Amino acid sequence: MTTILAVDDSASMRQMVSFALKSAGYEVVEAADGVEALDKAKSQQFNLVITDVNMPNMDGIELIRKLRELDIYKYTPLLMLTTESAMEKKSEGKQAGATGWIVKPFDPEQLVATIKKVL
Amino acid sequence: MAIDMTQFLQTFYEESFEGLEIMEAELLNLDGGDASEDTINTIFRAAHSIKGGAGTFGLQEIAAFTHVMETLLDEVRDGKRDLCTDLINLLLRSADCVKAMMAASRDEEEYDVDEVESVQKSLRALIDNKTDTTAPTTPDADPAKGKVESSEVSYKISFIPLPNLLQTGNDPARLFNELDELGKLTIDVDHDAMPELVDLPVDECTLSWTLTLVTTEQPEVIRAVFDWVSDECELTISCDENEQPEPEQENATVESKEPSTTKVEPKPKEKSDKVKEQGSIRVGIDKVDSLINLVGELVITQSMLGQLGKDFAVERLEKLKDGLSQLERNTRELQENVMSIRMLPISFAFNRFPRLVHDLNQQLGKKIELKMTGEHTELDKTVLEKIVDPLVHLVRNSVDHGIETPAVRLKQGKPEIGTVELKAYHKGGSIIIEIRDDGAGLDTDRIHAKAVERGLIGSDEVLSEEQVYDLIFRPGFSTTEVVSDVSGRGVGMDVVKRNIRALSGVVDVKSVKNKGTIFTIRLPLTLAIMDGQLIQIGGHTYIIPLISIIESLQIKKELVNTITARASVYKLREDYIEIVPLYKIFGIEAMQTEIINGLLVVVEGDGKKVGLLVDDLLDQQQVVIKSLETNYKKVEGISGATILGDGTVAMILDIQGLIELAHRYEKIDDIKNNVSEVA
Repeated sequence: MTTILAVDDSASMRQMVSFALKSAGYEVVEAADGVEALDKAKSQQFNLVITDVNMPNMDGIELIRKLRELDIYKYTPLLMLTTESAMEKKSEGKQAGATGWIVKPFDPEQLVATIKKVL
Repeated sequence: MAIDMTQFLQTFYEESFEGLEIMEAELLNLDGGDASEDTINTIFRAAHSIKGGAGTFGLQEIAAFTHVMETLLDEVRDGKRDLCTDLINLLLRSADCVKAMMAASRDEEEYDVDEVESVQKSLRALIDNKTDTTAPTTPDADPAKGKVESSEVSYKISFIPLPNLLQTGNDPARLFNELDELGKLTIDVDHDAMPELVDLPVDECTLSWTLTLVTTEQPEVIRAVFDWVSDECELTISCDENEQPEPEQENATVESKEPSTTKVEPKPKEKSDKVKEQGSIRVGIDKVDSLINLVGELVITQSMLGQLGKDFAVERLEKLKDGLSQLERNTRELQENVMSIRMLPISFAFNRFPRLVHDLNQQLGKKIELKMTGEHTELDKTVLEKIVDPLVHLVRNSVDHGIETPAVRLKQGKPEIGTVELKAYHKGGSIIIEIRDDGAGLDTDRIHAKAVERGLIGSDEVLSEEQVYDLIFRPGFSTTEVVSDVSGRGVGMDVVKRNIRALSGVVDVKSVKNKGTIFTIRLPLTLAIMDGQLIQIGGHTYIIPLISIIESLQIKKELVNTITARASVYKLREDYIEIVPLYKIFGIEAMQTEIINGLLVVVEGDGKKVGLLVDDLLDQQQVVIKSLETNYKKVEGISGATILGDGTVAMILDIQGLIELAHRYEKIDDIKNNVSEVA
């Protein structure tokens, strides 16, 4: 079973991402910020991590950097959810080791299509 | 896969309103002070989340509006712009707009378009002034869409990954698969750069490729496939020779194109069930758990008692008594727990005041700091909801009438910044709320003059200070000549007092000229249950709220002074208190009609002490208050009724009402007609 870790501090976004991915047949674990996500990622190997950028406690870029440092996430696809206005965030994310990004706003179909590309 | 986005809206609204509250609170915190990075980040994040969510869930107007806010906040975050008072005010107004738009969308109503547009204009103006940022655009439709169907073109793609491409979890094979979907793909691999097997690094990409793709798609689409890896490769896409489109020589590092962004189509608004105020409260899971625990205990006690009842013998009486006391304990605990569910921290009422004071400061040109303590003090939800308006009125009053302008304050040697303090705490079975300011204090002369002018008192009447203060609570009294926008909203302090009294509470005021004023509100913790003293008059049982009883005593003949046939007073230590013969007021038969044989229950209401003449004192117990108004009609002197253990109905005395009633009784005769129907 392919398991995805969905990280976003906004509950509605998390719900939406999670719902879309589950409908597409993936198993989804949710986390509300980078700290929680890192914790969960350490205790379970995920096949993909999809994270928001702006979050309290630990933001998405820091999370990606920390995950890439872990052996078990060295080659795992790590995607970030970013807004069209945050171009510089994309390169910052890439620097940290992100595989790619999905631009907000997006609809569930796009999300699933993008995820299918990397899994 | 069609997913109904409306199912996430409820959560989105909730978290957005929460976010807006946080934004507002943080903005108010900033007021005047230095902005920490954390605070700005928090504010930014709130706007950012709302924008992202609104766009995704099809609320384009909100997304567009918050986008502008976000752009501004982003500049603040990057240190390109100062968070000055004007900007804070504008952001506060913006937050109001978003709130209004959000509420309108939730309730399917209209919002104030003019206000939103004017705020948006101001925001834009600010942005345009400072920087040349391109006008905010809402996400446009997919650039790849709507293109003309073109004929097949053969592209030559040179793809030379940097060694670190694999380290971001990207995989050339995935890219090729994707390209393959666009048309007919041929792959040529170039492994010249590949080192000997022994030297081959495992996580570096040393291969490069030349791809040929025959497709009808535009070059942008091809480049979009490489979007994620654009920083980690050298990419050249060229049109194969002979074809007419001019050669497309493009280095991927020049510009990266976003992957296609399709717009979320605003769905036709379905009539989702109305989600207005649902009158629900959030209850901590621990409270629920402890309730379940208690119910478990109750069930055990019940089964134990059931067992006892099945084959009862006199020698088991002790066991029965045990069981009953256990039952009583269970019930009481259960009751306390259930009541605590209805209890909410008073911060629900307090948290609107920072904004209120901020706005009033702006409006009145005053400098006032608001201090709040005891925000976590809990009180009943109903009481909480009803105390908000009186509190708002009192705070407005303190800000408007109490605190002086900075100039006046400085002249008087006071600190320039005035203080309004809100304080809540428990005392006995009540909750006390204080509104304290260090302003001018109440002007007794002015109040007196005003009261004379309004015909509330005679011009030669000499009043104590307290009596003068009391005047401000009288209907038809207002000290400001001009009804200001701030505190003169057509409601006076009399309404404040009435509302508080409707909650069985009292309000009083203390003031020192040029030092300040303190309004103190005392409220019962809950309106549903109270501790009562049962008393007997003739064959009737009445209940006096324990909270208003000061003492009970056996009447000593020599301390009674008869003033008129209807009025007598009792000397209680240094005081003289009125004796109120309840049986006369209620027009019922009593056993003790002679004052000297009776018992006197000294009660306090509205700051006045009186002695109620009763036949006998019975038990003290908690009583459940039932409204007389909803079940029968409003009766003066009675605040409600309850059902006693033996099934009879007992009236609960309204002490303040009773005192008024007694005063009238002393003056007129036919009071009986008014109340006899109750008894």
